Amino acid sequence: MSKAMEPDLQSPLGRASGQMAKKAAKEWSHPSDNWLRGFVLDNRASLGTLAVFIVMMAVFMLANPTVFTTWYLYSSVLTTLPVALFVVVPLVFVVTCGEIDLSFPATMGFASWVFALVVQAGYDPFLGIAAAVVTGTLLGFLVGSLVVYGGLSSLIATLGMNFLLRGLIQIINEGKSTALTNLADSTAYKIFSSQIWGIPVQIFWAIAFVVFSALLFNRHRFGAQVKVVGDNPDSAKQMGIDVKLVRVKVFVFTGIGAAIAGTFSVMINFTWWPTAGDGYLLPVLASVFVGGTPTWGGIGTVVGGAIGAVTVSFIQTGVVAAGLSGFYVQFFNGLIIILSLLGHKWNQARYR
Amino acid sequence: MSERIIELRDIKKSYGQVYALGGVNLSVDRGEVVGLIGDNGAGKSTLIKILSGVVKPTSGEILVRGKPVAGWSAARSRDAGIETVFQDRALAVQQTIVRNIFMGRELTGFMGWLKVNKEVAEASRLMREIGFTSKVFTPQSIVGQLSGGERQGVAIARAIYKQAELIILDEPTTALSLTETAKVFHFVRQVRASGRSILFIGHNIHHVFDIADRFVVLDRGKVALTADRSEVKSADDLINFMEDVAHPGGLPGLHEGAEQRA
Repeated sequence: MSKAMEPDLQSPLGRASGQMAKKAAKEWSHPSDNWLRGFVLDNRASLGTLAVFIVMMAVFMLANPTVFTTWYLYSSVLTTLPVALFVVVPLVFVVTCGEIDLSFPATMGFASWVFALVVQAGYDPFLGIAAAVVTGTLLGFLVGSLVVYGGLSSLIATLGMNFLLRGLIQIINEGKSTALTNLADSTAYKIFSSQIWGIPVQIFWAIAFVVFSALLFNRHRFGAQVKVVGDNPDSAKQMGIDVKLVRVKVFVFTGIGAAIAGTFSVMINFTWWPTAGDGYLLPVLASVFVGGTPTWGGIGTVVGGAIGAVTVSFIQTGVVAAGLSGFYVQFFNGLIIILSLLGHKWNQARYR
Repeated sequence: MSERIIELRDIKKSYGQVYALGGVNLSVDRGEVVGLIGDNGAGKSTLIKILSGVVKPTSGEILVRGKPVAGWSAARSRDAGIETVFQDRALAVQQTIVRNIFMGRELTGFMGWLKVNKEVAEASRLMREIGFTSKVFTPQSIVGQLSGGERQGVAIARAIYKQAELIILDEPTTALSLTETAKVFHFVRQVRASGRSILFIGHNIHHVFDIADRFVVLDRGKVALTADRSEVKSADDLINFMEDVAHPGGLPGLHEGAEQRA
């Protein structure tokens, strides 16, 4: 240490700290040296969500073993789940950054509309996907800039943008949908929306997206800066981070995710509706928070959010398949959300 | 004369009609410890924010190593080798020690992917170097779990990474125990011994007097006094001077000193 440099100063204290440092250097390890314990501690939010999911599925299976052992049930969930995953994951970034984005349903509708227009005009669906992603990027940038550079509350501003964009779609289309009959023969459809060995191929793309985003969140400068900005924007600014740019980027990321999600939902149905994406607002938001990302910003979990999306997707299917009437669906939705939140509150401390 | 790390020339900062700084000249040379003192509202915080690039001055010139700089910002200030340990420590308390040390300066490789192992190794080296270690935390511990002194250690570790030329310590001893204060002083001397500079801001004039080579007294947005250590006999001299500035009348000798330096 520094003792050689300045031997004469603060002698008792300096020596004490020197000894402490030496001792600590030897035992420089976490109390949870055990890798398993370390893993559990580092991932307790997502593991908690996984536990909720497993318990829920166990209850469903006990209630109706025959339905829950048939592949059809899982196949149908795996077809629609990817659509949710493509927006849940970017939304984890947004919430961790201390913001919220309620405009993604309209972005889904808008971007998939562009996709439908391109495909209907006879162009290759790949071009349509590219156009949709560009649209999503631009809309994300628009919404993000409005919130960040306009200095608006993201809760209200994105809600407004959701109505505004949806309204624009409705005004122009006057409620008419677009059927894309030639889509099924295209290469793009085979790659993004067919089945391999009976498994809907969308789920592979969604899993790849979740893995990539989890790496982006935990192992990339972008994720690191998103967390710091959500945690303490003033400090981030003092340390030279362009806080506004980071915030705009999370909205752009959501725009891109929403565009992919919207396109996938159109490819499942071969039809674009002016309401495309609307039904995803509440389930997607619920998935983020069921997944263990707290509302206050700074921390979040991408994998937890994905498990949250799986949980929320199975509630509706599960309740009906377990033999209860559809009237129970909302009740169980609420129950799972509340139980998860209570679990996460107990599971994670908030540091200030 | 030794190299001038940073120089502020006639810096003014106004918030609307109110002048926080009304033309401040301040410079820090290599290897010197400058003590900046002043009452509440004297403009200390504003001056630090300008030096660290968080706030842009209304007018005036900033020179780094003799060269005027344009487009001053927090990132520019850090690039120029100026690190600030803010009074509130500017830590993200829900993040790990590693993430705080590399905040805004992540160690990245290909396409912005983090070099996690290198960051952890560097962080533990830094923490050990300044003696802020313990067997109950590692570089991967969450800052929110640390004590006030340990958090100060993280903020200081962040400042000394990359061999900063000038470290600004804003009230670094506020709310610290005696042991922790001694550690901070020890750190200041260590930095000076390694030929780097420190701007030490403190409320406690005795603390500043003990440690600084030169004193700058700020009063109502202006430099009221710049004095070398040899010109000031004791901390009480400084206290008397500050009282005199607050309530004019007396101690003319020190005023002359102020004109000389400014």
